[in-house]
Amino acid sequence: MPGLGTTVGRGGATTSPQDLVNSDCILIMGSNMAEAHPVGFANVVKAKERGAKVIHVDPHFSRTSALANLYVPTRAGSDIVFLGAIIRYLLENNAYFHEYVANYTNAPMLIREDFQDTEDLDGLFSGYDQESKTYTDHSSWDYQRDENDNPLTDPTMQNPRCVLQIMRRHFARYTPEMVEAECGVPQESWLQVVQTLVENSGRERTGALCYAVGWTQQSKGVQIIRAGAIIQLLLGNIGRPGGGILALRGHASIQGSTDVPTLYDLLAGYMPQPAEMLDAKPEAQHSPTATTWGERKDQHVHKRTQQTLQEYIDVAGMKLGWWSNVPSYIVSLLKAWYGDAATAENDWGYHWLPKIIGDHSHINTSYDMLDGKVKGYFLLGQNPAAGSTNARMQRKALAQLDWMVVRDLYEVESATFWYKGPEEVDPRQIKTEVFLLPAAASTEKEGSFTNTQRLIQWRDKAVDPPGDARSDLWFIYDLGKRLKALYADSTEPKDQALRALTWDYDRAEPEPGSRLLDEPDAELVLKELNGFYVRKQDEEGNTNTYGFREAPHVPAFTALKNDGSTACGSWIYSGVYPEPGKNRAASRHSDGGTNLDWGFAWPANRRILYNRASADPEGKPWSERKKYIWWDEEQKKWTGKDIPDFPVDKAPDYRPDPKATGMDGISGTNPFIMKPDGRGWLYAPVGLKDGPLPTHYEAAESPVHNALYKQQSNPAAKFHKNRKDNRLASIGDPDYPVVITTYRLTEHHVSGPMTRWMPWLNALQPSLFAEISPELAAERQIVHGSWMVLKTPRGEIEARAMVTRRLQPLRIRGRVVHQIGLPFHWGFQGKSTGSIANDLTHSVLEPNVSIEEAKAFTCNVRPGRLS
Amino acid sequence: MQEHANEPGRTSKMLTDVMEIGSRVQPFSRESRDKAARIRDARVVHSVCPYCAVGCSLNVYVKNGQVIDIEGNPDSFINHGTLCPKGSATFQYTINSSRLTKVLYRAPYSDHWETKTLDWAMGQIAQRVKKSRDETFVERLEDGREVNHTLGIASLGGATLDVEENYVIKKLFNAGLGIVSIENQARI
Ligand code: SF4
Repeated sequence: MPGLGTTVGRGGATTSPQDLVNSDCILIMGSNMAEAHPVGFANVVKAKERGAKVIHVDPHFSRTSALANLYVPTRAGSDIVFLGAIIRYLLENNAYFHEYVANYTNAPMLIREDFQDTEDLDGLFSGYDQESKTYTDHSSWDYQRDENDNPLTDPTMQNPRCVLQIMRRHFARYTPEMVEAECGVPQESWLQVVQTLVENSGRERTGALCYAVGWTQQSKGVQIIRAGAIIQLLLGNIGRPGGGILALRGHASIQGSTDVPTLYDLLAGYMPQPAEMLDAKPEAQHSPTATTWGERKDQHVHKRTQQTLQEYIDVAGMKLGWWSNVPSYIVSLLKAWYGDAATAENDWGYHWLPKIIGDHSHINTSYDMLDGKVKGYFLLGQNPAAGSTNARMQRKALAQLDWMVVRDLYEVESATFWYKGPEEVDPRQIKTEVFLLPAAASTEKEGSFTNTQRLIQWRDKAVDPPGDARSDLWFIYDLGKRLKALYADSTEPKDQALRALTWDYDRAEPEPGSRLLDEPDAELVLKELNGFYVRKQDEEGNTNTYGFREAPHVPAFTALKNDGSTACGSWIYSGVYPEPGKNRAASRHSDGGTNLDWGFAWPANRRILYNRASADPEGKPWSERKKYIWWDEEQKKWTGKDIPDFPVDKAPDYRPDPKATGMDGISGTNPFIMKPDGRGWLYAPVGLKDGPLPTHYEAAESPVHNALYKQQSNPAAKFHKNRKDNRLASIGDPDYPVVITTYRLTEHHVSGPMTRWMPWLNALQPSLFAEISPELAAERQIVHGSWMVLKTPRGEIEARAMVTRRLQPLRIRGRVVHQIGLPFHWGFQGKSTGSIANDLTHSVLEPNVSIEEAKAFTCNVRPGRLS
Repeated sequence: MQEHANEPGRTSKMLTDVMEIGSRVQPFSRESRDKAARIRDARVVHSVCPYCAVGCSLNVYVKNGQVIDIEGNPDSFINHGTLCPKGSATFQYTINSSRLTKVLYRAPYSDHWETKTLDWAMGQIAQRVKKSRDETFVERLEDGREVNHTLGIASLGGATLDVEENYVIKKLFNAGLGIVSIENQARI
């Protein structure tokens, strides 16, 4: 989640659903929280009963809207106009939290003279390369710097080059009139939202912001999140009780799978995967900034190779702030992975790590598959044949593989594409060899999930899985053992990484009551994630060396070293298992307060991130009402209701030496310790591929031209224009005039592999339907309850018509624009079947995270069924 | 640590919590308070809902080696015993006659599944991985830069799996085998 990462420092929710009860105002946008995160939403209801104002902004009226104090219908894809206008209002009316903004954000920083804004370039920032359609030169976005590379600032925030003034100019055109014309939201409703936000911020009050995939699944998703985070920074809401940004994540361990992670571009704990990019014109985002660790050279990133560990650290680390610890984290990771084979002499085995050479994200890999470049595929509890955008293309891609392994509880669509599907399939034409392996359910294995608030919770095992079903841990462990055996005698350099890989998770003793004898020990894996000492001095001063099993656990990531004496699989998880017998993920004590003994929240069990900001620059609570973490002058330390997200003994009046590096460079008033300047980034001088400030672009498919700039859609998005299966409707296409957005229902889960096999849930939510307004239904002669066909340039599907006032036609620039809502849970397998909504969606990707745009595209509708 | 369901006092607290909607406690009758549930004497195993990321705590009730019921954990500060429809249906997700219990194998160009042993399948998969990896492994780019990877194998999935599982997937596939396209639902 670089939207949050670039703005405040870490890619995770800053708060928890339970802290919402402390909010005075909750803005829910890009989420139908009541239906997609129902139990989390109970906290919103509680807050409302205590007097909080709840606002829901969404194209689709849902139970979230029904329970809100204020519901504002809006056009899918127009979020940044709505939010940008709020930013403008706050700046122009001096309605922001001045002391917070001046001290805790980068509003006073001066930006380079050669930076050009979208105001200057009609929707583009400086550094754009028309040929490669990317921002190849990010250098002008950086701060102005002094001789020590420290940013120049203007504490009065009057200098025209300071961030605050640049933002005033950038957002000048995001007016209430623009909101009315582009979002279809009457100015009065919008103003009511802003006033509610403003009234509920400041020293005495806080407001929270909740979002979900309604924001992320857009071709500018990261910038929408940035816009929301900017508002929260301007209102002084981050790091405070009842404040913050709650990213509502959709899967039991989706946070865990980005922390650890199963993503191509990341290593554990948000360190980047080493890269040797192929592009002719690669990005130069790190080029002349002094925020990087290495010496300052005006060089392009493609020239800065990552062949050695030092070169990697130069790119991945920072000179200032918490990221200055990257050397300790990466060396400890390499020690965890390669054990004794990782030595100082061989760069801790760094050269074995595979380097990425481009965008190897899911959709791009699917296209590689379609082109026959991928031979083998593992599907581990995921179902692209129905669950990924442009699903028809996905199914075609699977047919080009040599072999595929599918692990699931049920015979899901992706396992059966070779004999079944919405299109004709002839098995005799499909070569793909398929291994479908039964998987264990969550109750049939032990292990942990990391939930939406970064909380790691352990599950005990209830019973053995049935038959040959096994945990995925068993599968990977067993496969690893077999491969190690196959390569055991290899002397080829390419096989030495696998030979060196540490792989020892056998149980010390058989699991009591289980018939399975070779199920690995998940707690041993957790120990590796937590980290352990490879070498440690005992009390007598003797240095002991340890094997994995007997090694003492590290107590926290602060113990990690870059000298090979510690090993750690994911530094942010350090502390979850600080000593044998103390698995904090498995601790379950609710205390009615911050619940610090229920599970373990990364990092270091902090529940509200950046909580130094809950105190004023002097370290005193902003108010008694919102007291959370403060500086205890007697004890000379930070204290309060949570674990301080700040060096615990760094006094508020600490000021760094201009030449200081690492955490010493962070002043006692800078709460955002992951940022090199310790401040929340209203403006992102580095780190994003589509600009330092959120800017409104239309969705890749839109009924209207962009009213704000000549630039129609996100200039850095990846369009896959050359793909014939990814045809897009043109702007205002009369064949595809209707805006469509997809969403979840409470009773089903994603494409349905975990729910459509269950009669209880199918009884509640039996079939696919599309929500459509009475006006559009009348226009197209579609009758409530009857069938209708939805069509995009990628495909056609059928659904039952749900004619409802929940979707309202909007007036956009005087013209009526209709919107349709479509749940996306169906497919051709399971006990309840229906069309695949993702046969309609396209594969245009957001530039920073390569997420598909499933929340705003265009279609057409007609009554009847598919012939 | 073993815990058993329906100790006196617990039931009453559980009911109070379960009947809480928003912050209002709904009244319930003496009769419902006094009723004994079939989960009495079952072993309670602590788990977490496998669906969305709210992370509701589950109590899995096990009797005679069988899961007999799954409910919300009343002690949890996250859900106070409540669950949404999906979480409440976790029982049927795990105890379901449609579940796969055997390895199914489809040979190239075949029109049917064959049942295979797990050991056979694992051996075959390991060989496929080795073959594809050996055929597609790239040590250096044309310009000499070392990359040590294969683009010939890819993996998708993880958001519904355990943290520990995600970790070993990345470790084996990436650090061991050099696979780079390791992806999960987080992008979707
Ligand atoms: S019970 Fe419902 S709200 Fe709770 S984690 Fe499960 S799916 Fe999410």
